[in-house]
Amino acid sequence: MSSITSAGPAPDYNVKVVKQFSIMTVVWGIVGMLVGVVIAAELVWPDLNMGLQWFHFGRLRPLHTNAVIFAFGGCALFATSYWVVQKTCQTRLFGGPLVAFTFWGWQAIIVAAAITLPLGYTTTKEYAELEWPIDIAIAVVWVSYAVVFFGTIMKRKTKHIYVANWFFGSFILTVAMLHIINSMAIPVTMTKSYSVYAGAVDAMIQWWYGHNAVGFFLTAGFLGMMYYFVPKQAERPVYSYRLSIVHFWALIAIYIWAGPHHLHYSALPDWTQSLGMVMSLILLAPSWGGMINGIMTLSGAWDKLRTDPTLRFLVVSLSFYGMSTFEGPMMSIKTVNALSHNTDWTIGHVHSGALGWVAMISIGSLYHLIPVLWRRKEMFSVPLINVHFWMSTIGTVLYIASMWVNGIAQGLMWRAFNADGTLTYSFAESIEASYPGYLVRLLGGFIFFVGMLVMAYNVWRTVRSEEQPTTVAQPQTA
Amino acid sequence: MSSFWSWWIIVIVVINIGGSLLLLLANRKVEVRGGKSDEIPTTGHIYDGIEEYDNPLPRWWFNMFLITVIFSVVYLALYPGLGNFRGFLGWTSTGQLDQELAAAEEKYGPIFNQYMDDTIEELAANPDALKMGARLFANNCAVCHGSDGRGNYGFPNLADDDWLYGGQPENIKTSIVQGRNGIMNPWGDVIGEEGVVASANYVLKLSGRDHDAGQAAEGEKVYATYCSACHGADGKGNQTLGAPNLTDNTWLYGGSPEIIKHTIRNGRQGKMPAHGDLLKENRIHLLTAYVYSLSRND
Repeated sequence: MSSITSAGPAPDYNVKVVKQFSIMTVVWGIVGMLVGVVIAAELVWPDLNMGLQWFHFGRLRPLHTNAVIFAFGGCALFATSYWVVQKTCQTRLFGGPLVAFTFWGWQAIIVAAAITLPLGYTTTKEYAELEWPIDIAIAVVWVSYAVVFFGTIMKRKTKHIYVANWFFGSFILTVAMLHIINSMAIPVTMTKSYSVYAGAVDAMIQWWYGHNAVGFFLTAGFLGMMYYFVPKQAERPVYSYRLSIVHFWALIAIYIWAGPHHLHYSALPDWTQSLGMVMSLILLAPSWGGMINGIMTLSGAWDKLRTDPTLRFLVVSLSFYGMSTFEGPMMSIKTVNALSHNTDWTIGHVHSGALGWVAMISIGSLYHLIPVLWRRKEMFSVPLINVHFWMSTIGTVLYIASMWVNGIAQGLMWRAFNADGTLTYSFAESIEASYPGYLVRLLGGFIFFVGMLVMAYNVWRTVRSEEQPTTVAQPQTA
Repeated sequence: MSSFWSWWIIVIVVINIGGSLLLLLANRKVEVRGGKSDEIPTTGHIYDGIEEYDNPLPRWWFNMFLITVIFSVVYLALYPGLGNFRGFLGWTSTGQLDQELAAAEEKYGPIFNQYMDDTIEELAANPDALKMGARLFANNCAVCHGSDGRGNYGFPNLADDDWLYGGQPENIKTSIVQGRNGIMNPWGDVIGEEGVVASANYVLKLSGRDHDAGQAAEGEKVYATYCSACHGADGKGNQTLGAPNLTDNTWLYGGSPEIIKHTIRNGRQGKMPAHGDLLKENRIHLLTAYVYSLSRND
C-alpha cells in the first residue's frame, strides 16, 4: 500500500454492493462452468442429454455462454467497476437505491435466462439469445448502471479520471449501444419476436454486436479491471501513461469495425469483409498495448511472482490476453480464416480469451478484493490460491491445445481432395477424428471448474473467518 | 450503393485509421528520460495509491502498429474496401469462385466423362468407377443416408432390396436428379382416434404381427376407404407414388404400434432434395451406379 495516508476521514464507500457482486461472481462462475463441462461431456457422449429437450446441447450451449459471459463476467465487471470508480474517484457511488436495483435487476435477468433458455425460448442470435421482455429489462438495468457509474465520475473528488475508468466507461456506453441496436425486434407474443433486420444486414448487425461483445465487454471492461488490480497487487506504478492514451483511443476506434471477420466468404459484400480484416489486423497493436502496460508494471517487482499466487493469476491472464489478441487478428486474415472458419480452432481461441484472460483476471482481482472488502489481512489460504492457479493454468492449456489440434485437423480434412476432385473425408469422419480432442477438452474444462470450487471454499472461509477486521489505511489522491 | 454511402464509408474509415495513426505519431517520444527506472518521471497523479510512469511507447510496438497500418492502406488500395472503389486488382469473391470452379472442371471433368458411355449395370461391376461413386456418395448423400447407405430414421435404407420409388437405374437417377416428396396426409381429423387405432391394427396385421383382431377388422374398412388409393388394396404400396409397402415389415419411420398410430394421425413429409442443379451429369451417372450397386453386393 502507499505510505500516504488520508488527512480526513475516508469517504463512506458503498461496500455492500461490491461484496454482493463479488460473491455472485463466484456463484455464477461455478454454475456457468458446470454447464460448460456438461455440454463438453455431451459432445463426447451425446446420450448424456437423456433424450430430454431441456438438456439438449442446442439449449444448454446458450445457457453456458450467457452464464459465463453475462452472469460470471458481468458480476465481476459490476463488482470491480463499482469498487474501482469509488476508490479512484474518492467518493461514494452515485444513485442511491439505483445501485441496489442494478444488483437485483441483473440477478433477476440471469435467473430469467437460466429458465427461458433450456425451455427453448430464443431469438437465435448468438450471445443475444434472450427474448424481448428480458432484452428490455437488460436495457433498463444497463442504463441504470451507466447512470451510477458516470454519476460517480461526475462527483469525483480527484482532478483527473483514472485510466481504468476510461475503459469501464467505454465498455458501459458501447455495450448499451450494441445491445439496444442488435436486439431491435418486433414482438409477436410474450415469448417470440422477429429481428427488424433481414438477411445479410441482420448477420452484419449480429456480428457487429457479437464481436464487440468480445471487444467491449470481454476486453475493454476487463482491461479496466487490469489497470487497477495489477498495479495495486504489484504495488508498482503503471508502466506508461502515454501508452494508456494511445492504446485506449486506438482500441475503441478500431475494434468497432472488426465484426465482419466472422462472416468471411459469406454473402456479406466484399468491401465489408476487407474492412473487417484490415481493422482486425490494425487492432493487434492497440490490444497489445494493454498487455505491455500490465506486464511492464511489474518491472522492479518480478520477484513477487515467486511468492504471490494472486499476482501470478493477473500476470498469466495478461499472457493469455496477449496470445489470444495475436491469434485473433491472425485468424481474421482471409486465407487463414479459410482454414479455421467453423472449426474447433475458433472454440479454442474464444476459450483462451474466456478462461485464460477473462476468468483469470477476474479470479486474480477477486483474490485481491475479497480480503479488502471483508477487512481481512489476506485470503483464508494462500496455498489454496496457488492450487487454484495451477488448476486454472493447466485446465486452460489442455483446453486450448486440444482445440488447436482438433481445429487444424478439421480444417485440413475438410479441404482435402482426392485425385478426382471429390472430398477425401466426409463430415462424419472429421467428427470421429475429433473425439480424442473432445475428451482432452472435457478434462481441461473439468479441472478449471474444480478450481472454481476450490476458490469458493477459500472465499467462504475468508468471509466467515473469526478474525478481527483490520483497519485499512486510506491512500489519498494528489 | 449510392455515392453518398460510398463516401460515408470512405470518410469514416479514413478518420478511424488516420486518427489512430496521428495519435500514434503525436505520442512518438524517442528520448527516454533518465536511465534507471527510478528516475523515470510519473505524471504526478495518484489514484488510490496508484501512480503512473511517463515511459515512452516501446519502439517495437510503435513499429508494429505502423506496419499494420501500412499493410492495411496497401490492402485497401488493391482490394475492395473503400465504398464503391473496387481496388486496383479488380478482385471479387464471386470472380474468384468462378475461376476456381472452371479450373476444377477442366482438371476433373475428363476423369468423370470417361464413364459416361458405360451403362449403370456395367459401372456397378467396375471397381474404379464404384470407388469414385462411393466418394461422391460420402460427400453428398451420407449425411442423411449414412456412410454405409443403410439409412436412418426418416431416410431410406439404400442397401436393401426395398425401394420406395423403384430400384432400376432410371428410377434411382430420377430420384437423384429431381428429388422426391414423400408426403402422407394426416388422417387424425378425418377418421378420428378410433379410426386411427383400428387402421393401425390392420397395418400390424398386414405385416404379420400381433394385433387386435376385432380392431383390425374394423380397420380394414377404414383402410379400404382412405389408405388403399396409395398403399394399394393389398397393402403392397405403389412405387409410382412412393407409397411404402406395408406388408414387408421394413419401416421408414419405425413400425411400433405407437409410431404407426402417430404416422396415421399426423402424416409424414419426406423430402429428398433435387441434385440436378448441384451435381454435374457425369457425377450423377457414377452416383447412380454406386447406389444401384449397394443393394446387389450382398
